[in-house]
Amino acid sequence: MDNIAGQNQGGRVLVNITVLILVLLWLLPTIGLFVSSFRDRDQISNSGWWQAPFAVDLNFRTRVATDGAREEGGVFIIEGNVFADPALASEFPEGGVVSAYGTRAVEPGEFSAGDQSELRGGGTVVINTDGSFRIETPEELTRGPTLYFEARTPPKFTLANYNTVLFADGMDRAFINTLTVTIPATIIPILIAAFAAYALAWMDFPGRGLLIAAVVGLLVVPLQLALVPLLRLHTDIGIGQSFLGIWLAHTGFGLPLAVYLLRNYMVGLPRDIIEGAKVDGATDFQIFVRIILPLSFPALASFAIFQFLWTWNDLLVAKVFLPSGAASQVMTVKIADDLLGSRGGDWGILATAAFVSIAVPLLVFFTMQRYLVRGLLAGSVK
Amino acid sequence: MPPVLQGILTILIGVGGCVGYFYFSNLVLDKVIFPAKGPQAGRNINRANQVRPWLFLFPAMFALGLYLAYPVVGSFWRSLFDRSGANFIGLGNYIDLFSESSFRTAVFNNLLWVLFVPAAATFFGLLIAQLTDRLSWGNIAKSLIFMPMAISFVGASLIWKFVYSANPDIGIINAIRTSIGLVALDPLQVRFWNNFFLMFILVWIQTGFAMVILSAALRGIPEETVEAAIIDGANPFQVFFKIKVPQIIGTIVVVWTTITILTLKVFDIVYTMTGGNFGTHILPSYMMTYMFRDDGRATAVAFVIMILVLPVMIWNIRQARKEMR
Repeated sequence: MDNIAGQNQGGRVLVNITVLILVLLWLLPTIGLFVSSFRDRDQISNSGWWQAPFAVDLNFRTRVATDGAREEGGVFIIEGNVFADPALASEFPEGGVVSAYGTRAVEPGEFSAGDQSELRGGGTVVINTDGSFRIETPEELTRGPTLYFEARTPPKFTLANYNTVLFADGMDRAFINTLTVTIPATIIPILIAAFAAYALAWMDFPGRGLLIAAVVGLLVVPLQLALVPLLRLHTDIGIGQSFLGIWLAHTGFGLPLAVYLLRNYMVGLPRDIIEGAKVDGATDFQIFVRIILPLSFPALASFAIFQFLWTWNDLLVAKVFLPSGAASQVMTVKIADDLLGSRGGDWGILATAAFVSIAVPLLVFFTMQRYLVRGLLAGSVK
Repeated sequence: MPPVLQGILTILIGVGGCVGYFYFSNLVLDKVIFPAKGPQAGRNINRANQVRPWLFLFPAMFALGLYLAYPVVGSFWRSLFDRSGANFIGLGNYIDLFSESSFRTAVFNNLLWVLFVPAAATFFGLLIAQLTDRLSWGNIAKSLIFMPMAISFVGASLIWKFVYSANPDIGIINAIRTSIGLVALDPLQVRFWNNFFLMFILVWIQTGFAMVILSAALRGIPEETVEAAIIDGANPFQVFFKIKVPQIIGTIVVVWTTITILTLKVFDIVYTMTGGNFGTHILPSYMMTYMFRDDGRATAVAFVIMILVLPVMIWNIRQARKEMR
């Protein structure tokens, strides 16, 4: 195809642009999450993450003090600056720019800065762009009015979300629980499957073909079927909902793929080496440990990555086989059942929690992509 | 005991137990039951070698049998009983389910998922594999599109919750809608189409998988066939559809069926995004509404999923047997 594209400069450009658009489409949602996790809470709810690098109009309110009022020709006047409010001073250390203001909470940006407007209960008010305001009332005010205004706020990035998620929201516990589920659930099936795969690939015994067909068949059994009978079984034999239970479950569910992948790989190892070792008097156990395991490292690594990602990302098995209390919640359950309910509107927290939960898989993915691809190819391309 | 320590200890016990089983069972077999010494050394070695495959296979077979084979039967059996598990009601659960309109919606939606997700993921995967094939930055592009594979369904759902948010200051879709003068709406509450918005999340995840495999298959096509077609005056589309696609059709089928199977299992997306509201239930999420409440119904739904998977399972076994010959 490149012969043709090479002749046709326009086609080349078109291909580049199409791929660029597709990559952006695939990447943007994740970038949005990443950017949002670093944004200030007020900024998230007032401008989209794509506007994160720009200043944003945020709403503020200030209560005008009445003690500075003076009388001028029958009118009471209060003057001041909204940015002088001690509660807002930290937000605007060098003053700010008011773009709009209002006198009612429901419409904080009703009037443009500099335009005079009527005050409820008589009188007029104006806020200028530099924040200075002037209130004129026919009678002396006993209670200062509350002024609402919109001001440009510079982009603000913060680690506060991470602080909340990691140290206050129980996500640290969930992170450790996820690790506790994941690591044994990755290593144990590899060990078991490697021995079985060796037997299926290099040992002669009756019924071998049938067993391989059975493994291929079990590859697609939906694990929904296993939930009820196995939870029942776990309860009956005293394991119940526990870490031990979920390790066993993950081991069982991961085994078909593990045996299948590893057997496919081991069958392709050179026959000479194995037979040579047998002639030299090595036992099957020795051959397995000294020759097969080291040679199968790429396949073991690919399956390890699969199983790791799968157990780390799993929600269903964790929901069923682990108790639902905070002490044993894994991150996916924590996010789906806990945070989405209790902090459904707190986008900063949600984004951060999601990012914390996908950070480790992403790291594994980008550092070990080669093995992952190799494993996928071994499992699917025939 | 702090949880970290507890975790490490259990890891050591679990892994140690596994290694220990294989090591000591082989040791016992070789040294105690059939020792390779004394007058019957030769016979003992042969006998030990007959037993050893089963020693190697036992844990895997046991776990597979218990965790995957037994549940097929166990679930079916349980689905024939009522909620309490004491009364045999035959196909009662199935009949009740099919009379529920929400179940029929779930079946219908699930069929939509099974048709749309594998088709779209394979299409995008093939498209991207072909387009990036000779691109100088093709590998980077592929790596980035492959990335969602590593993200959990829950994480992906959250990512897309941001995209789909009804608030134009959070959801980019509604931001675009409002900027061109349309009213903001919640895409997830648009009946019927909301299913497709959910499906797209899975397409987003699975396209990378399809792309990686199809890209390798495309590279495996003999160069001569493509060159010959070009010399004969085929345009790029003809080369792609008439020369390349027919040669990788086997791989396309494998990718398609693999994604189909996955699609039938994914419950996380619906659960996290809509909880099955607004007519978006699919069978796996529908099953979870009965899980912990009515085991009879839950297993019946699970068995319906199994029936949907069955054709692919049979096809897979046939293919595997063909290859072994």
